[in-house]
Amino acid sequence: MATTEVQPTLESIFDFCREVVLDTEYSEAKRWLAEKPGRKAFGCFPVYCPVELFHAAGMLPVGIIGGGNQIEIAHADSRFQSFVCSIVKSTLELGLTKRLEFLTGMVFHSICDPARNLASVFHRNFPEMYVEFIHFPQNLVSPLGQQYLATEYRRVLDGLQGLVGHPVTAEDLNNSIRLYNRIRSLLRELYRVRAETPHLLSAAESYVLTRASTLRPPEQHVEILEQALAALPGRSTRPKDRIRAVLECAFCEQPPLALIESLEEAGCYILDDDFLQGWRWFTTDVPIEENPLRALASSYADRSHFSGVKHDLRHPKAEHLIENARKHKADAVIILAAKFCEPALFDYALYRPALDDAKIPHLFLEFEEKAWLFDKLRSEIETFVESLLFD
Amino acid sequence: MANEQLVPLTPSEGSSPKKPPAEAKSEKKSDYQGKMHHMQKEMMGRYFDRLTACAEGKGGKAVYMMISGNPVELIEALDMIPVYPEVNALQLAAKKTSLSHILKAEEMGYSIDNCAYVKADVGMYFAGRKTAFATIPEPDLLLCNYVGCNVYLQWFEHLQEYSKAPIYNLDIPFCRTPDGKPTKEDIHYVVKQLEEVIAKMESISGNKLDFKRLQHILELSSETGRLWSEIKMLTKNRPSPFDAYFDSVTMMAPLYCLRGTEEGLLFFQEAYKEMKGKADRGEGPLPQERFRFVIEGPPPWPFLRQFRDMFSRWGAVAVASTYSTVGGLWEFGFRHDPQRPLESIAEHMLYWNLSNRNFLQRYEQIKNYTEQWGADALVIHSIKSCRLFSAGQGDMREYFSKQLDVPTLLIESDLEDPRYFSEAQLRNRVDAFFESLEHKKMMVKH
Repeated sequence: MATTEVQPTLESIFDFCREVVLDTEYSEAKRWLAEKPGRKAFGCFPVYCPVELFHAAGMLPVGIIGGGNQIEIAHADSRFQSFVCSIVKSTLELGLTKRLEFLTGMVFHSICDPARNLASVFHRNFPEMYVEFIHFPQNLVSPLGQQYLATEYRRVLDGLQGLVGHPVTAEDLNNSIRLYNRIRSLLRELYRVRAETPHLLSAAESYVLTRASTLRPPEQHVEILEQALAALPGRSTRPKDRIRAVLECAFCEQPPLALIESLEEAGCYILDDDFLQGWRWFTTDVPIEENPLRALASSYADRSHFSGVKHDLRHPKAEHLIENARKHKADAVIILAAKFCEPALFDYALYRPALDDAKIPHLFLEFEEKAWLFDKLRSEIETFVESLLFD
Repeated sequence: MANEQLVPLTPSEGSSPKKPPAEAKSEKKSDYQGKMHHMQKEMMGRYFDRLTACAEGKGGKAVYMMISGNPVELIEALDMIPVYPEVNALQLAAKKTSLSHILKAEEMGYSIDNCAYVKADVGMYFAGRKTAFATIPEPDLLLCNYVGCNVYLQWFEHLQEYSKAPIYNLDIPFCRTPDGKPTKEDIHYVVKQLEEVIAKMESISGNKLDFKRLQHILELSSETGRLWSEIKMLTKNRPSPFDAYFDSVTMMAPLYCLRGTEEGLLFFQEAYKEMKGKADRGEGPLPQERFRFVIEGPPPWPFLRQFRDMFSRWGAVAVASTYSTVGGLWEFGFRHDPQRPLESIAEHMLYWNLSNRNFLQRYEQIKNYTEQWGADALVIHSIKSCRLFSAGQGDMREYFSKQLDVPTLLIESDLEDPRYFSEAQLRNRVDAFFESLEHKKMMVKH
């Protein structure tokens, strides 16, 4: 699937991105690899991933975010128990079924215990793979945390330099930061358009555009995002009688596309969500500085989107959610947590009383990426929507 | 995968539980009550009295901390009181009072799939903070030593929301480099945070840290660690003088709550004396030691006795356990160094405990146990609540049974939630495992 074949109509862009998202063979990355001998691709597990480090080293960072409902778990469930979330198992399954052999390495992060152990299981089962693990600081109150993260990025980059066999300069890093700043600002724009005119862009459409950005060369994806943004105002879809909601807790394992569509069809405009939060990362651009690693580290501490795996004690846990709901003039908050996702499930226990206190209606739903049928979820949300519309 | 599939029934199972051979059966209790047990009861009783007194406003400042790689020496040096929510939670479970607290937390919005230690603790917090042994004081400081377990971060975040007490996330970078060791930046980062923690504790307690006193406390810890390590080496004897899982539990409470005190040291001197005596006399916890196993994972606190008996009836003794190394890995050489107090505490937190080491380092630790402690088998007790321990233990089983040819049993329950303990199913699995192990032993003999 070459970019040149993509017609710059919105529908063809969405279709193309949808195809990329559902492709568990990672054809887009493989095509990029095949274009020039010696190229390398690096797999990035959620949540936050400093893609610039890999890109600046000349590699393509590829979002390896589980197998969704596109693969069958046949081997990985003998390695990880029934009470472990699906993304951990489906990601291992991708490896055990040799779908990740095109990757030079995989990077995991200190997001939760199963993901952390998964890094070790990858290391043992795929000895030819370069497995990296990044410790994100959880002390963000002290300046020590972000200082430390800059040294952690340095360590990771030193390893990558060894892997690719050439040094990575500050200029290389800043060029990558500029490129990803561009991608992220286009994604922010996409989210802004959706929040302001949700009838012009559905959550599922913005999702495929965003997710495809984790799977394609960023240089090429910029163009697609620009085309989509340019075409959106010309869309003739009309607003529907739906409630306005913001969605939270799906920052790691991703819900099936059909589930996102179901949520909307059941009568919600999802004005904002935390899907793929770690790829959208920052609320503003990462500054271009002499020391790019420090700029990236301070950006994690001070300008990254909240997710349940970033424990920032400078703010009460539910503050961002209440603010976000109010900012979007949302009628309701939907908590969409992956089954067995401890960070999300713990967060809900604090969100619930905070939302009650703020008198914001809310609905808690659990999903698994591997699910195909959403009748129960759909009827729950329909009932919820009706209770708000006809209250 | 459904729960049932994790503990598959082999064709030979499924009817009535297998009976172990008659000679292994014993009516005798499979644990040992010596002088150390009385000392433990008295000393821990005094510790719990301190907690209650503090809760009643009779003095003392409570510092909540997690067990993994805990820096109790600093708390002791500032005359504050260490409080471990994990210890409180496990006591609720051991006394069979955890379920009502868990249900209370679930009513509040916690999921059935959240760690039940946290839920029991939260339920208890809102029910007057009482265990069978103490009234737990409100925290004066929540010191979240984030050593490996990501749930710790959330546990303390929640306690902070409820109590509004000051909190400090003491962030400990995970062992993730190719050699598995902390980098010099890791050590620097932790030492600098410890300096901030000290300043915070000084301001809360009103006490100034006396560095000489801290050094003395570290000397006591170092000697305590040496004795604990010697005690653990004794289980290399045949028979093993004590069970390194079920009996270690008695010693773990003083190790965490009283380490760095004269009293704590006294306990370990006595414990070593008693255990050494048993080893010299060739005594073990069971009438006959027929199997030696390594066990991985925390115990099922609500059913500890039933669980222990499943192994005792086969004459099976744990000669090493990973659970007893959550707080520290003294048996592999760690000692606090009074000459480098903060660096030494940092190294303890970063490297010298099980929780902050990666999963493959745990495989190595277990391999080491099976070889050097002369074990016949590995038992993996997979705990739903504790994914730090359990996530991926199927891979561990694969490694030990297929790559190393170590007979391995994987069974599943929980450390706190009694709803996850299926006694008949567990017993079937344990029986089938030891029966097959026995068969293998006989084949080797012939």
